[in-house]
Amino acid sequence: MKRVLILLLFISASFFVLSTQNSQAQCKGFAKNVCKLELVPFTHDGNYHAAVLTEGEEAELYKTFYSDQEYRVAVCGSDNLPEIEFKVMDAGQKVLYSNKDHDFSKTWDFKLESSQQLKVVVKVPSRGDKSQEPASGCVAIMFGFKVK
Amino acid sequence: MKLKMIQRVLIRIFLLALIAVSWVSCKSGEKKEQAEESAVEVDVSQLNDEMFKDINEAKQIFYSLPSPLETAMLIKSTGVGYNEDLLNSVDNVTKYSTTKSMALNLGIYTCDLSFASLYDQTQSSIDYMNAAKKMADGLGILDAISQENIDRLEENINNRDVIMDIISETFMNSSSYLQENDRSAVAAIVLVGGWMEGLYLATQLVPDTTHLENNKLIQRIVDQKLSLNIVERLLNDNEDNQDIQAIMKDINEIQAIYDKIPMKASSSSETSTDDQTHVTTIKSASNYKITWDLFNELKETVKVIRNNYIS
Repeated sequence: MKRVLILLLFISASFFVLSTQNSQAQCKGFAKNVCKLELVPFTHDGNYHAAVLTEGEEAELYKTFYSDQEYRVAVCGSDNLPEIEFKVMDAGQKVLYSNKDHDFSKTWDFKLESSQQLKVVVKVPSRGDKSQEPASGCVAIMFGFKVK
Repeated sequence: MKLKMIQRVLIRIFLLALIAVSWVSCKSGEKKEQAEESAVEVDVSQLNDEMFKDINEAKQIFYSLPSPLETAMLIKSTGVGYNEDLLNSVDNVTKYSTTKSMALNLGIYTCDLSFASLYDQTQSSIDYMNAAKKMADGLGILDAISQENIDRLEENINNRDVIMDIISETFMNSSSYLQENDRSAVAAIVLVGGWMEGLYLATQLVPDTTHLENNKLIQRIVDQKLSLNIVERLLNDNEDNQDIQAIMKDINEIQAIYDKIPMKASSSSETSTDDQTHVTTIKSASNYKITWDLFNELKETVKVIRNNYIS
């Protein structure tokens, strides 16, 4: 009986680890094959920011952007998720851009007069349908710049 | 007689009161001006700390340092020339056998690879891609830099756009592999290695005769003060790791020098969007003060730390 229990525990743990790794691996593929395309014609900086998020969850990203450079931020979510909301804020918490005001656009192009640190806040909105399990899927935040 | 005396005293009291009231109102005016001034310009370290106030509300937090590719691009965009002697020699690859040294030098070689590629140094680009591959292989990062990537690089050696794409792809392969396999400490060390190499190259490329004010390269070096709290948070997330603890000491040394470089910025930004290009400009102002003594202190400290990483 004890052996069966240990075996069951081992199988469950292996299943959990494998399923987590699989969903994360899917995020890498999603970022590389889907979201990166949104950056064209900008050059992807090579950084990887992606995670599995569930409806109602948020992610935040902090990054320094430099003066006189042109950037594109792309925020994408898996097909099974509702349209992803994102906003860009300055250090004084002022919202500089919200894609809710731009038909949930996946990208935003910007440049800065002086270098500063900005925060990107990403939210997977909740559909509010209590009869269904909240959906989970990959969300990626990617940056591109123009090579000078 | 008595009445006159009382009148004089009253006039004196009135005049004294008038002076006192004027003095107080002048002082409060000064304070008001000072308050208005501080609403416009504040210390950047203070401003950036404010940003992290509500940080624990989000499920996932990303601290994004400039990648080695972005770092190299930022240096090149200032107009400085290429100097191969500054790069970490590819002959050093055999020296690196620990996780820490391989991770640091994966970042360093990727920065050098990006730097060489941006200046169209074809043979060096291939050599540095091979050096970066050895570091990634040594760290067990499967297929981060495949033979296919190297062949594609050689086939497109005169096409800078394709080369940039290969570099960004291989770097993303490494960082995604490390993050997805619970090796975030190693991923952080790779990023810090690339960042440090960028700071080393930038400080070394400043000519002795340059003016410290209104110089683009100096501006970029000072701008790194903005990324220091991101470096710290990236490392703090993995503070139990011994390699990270050693690197934290190096970063603290650099932080101590940046603390002596005053940098002020607008507390709030304005935006305006071009109707034709749809590009938004974020308008804000910032200024800094740096002396040659401080610059040389930073340059020397970064050189010692970076040379320690590549030795």
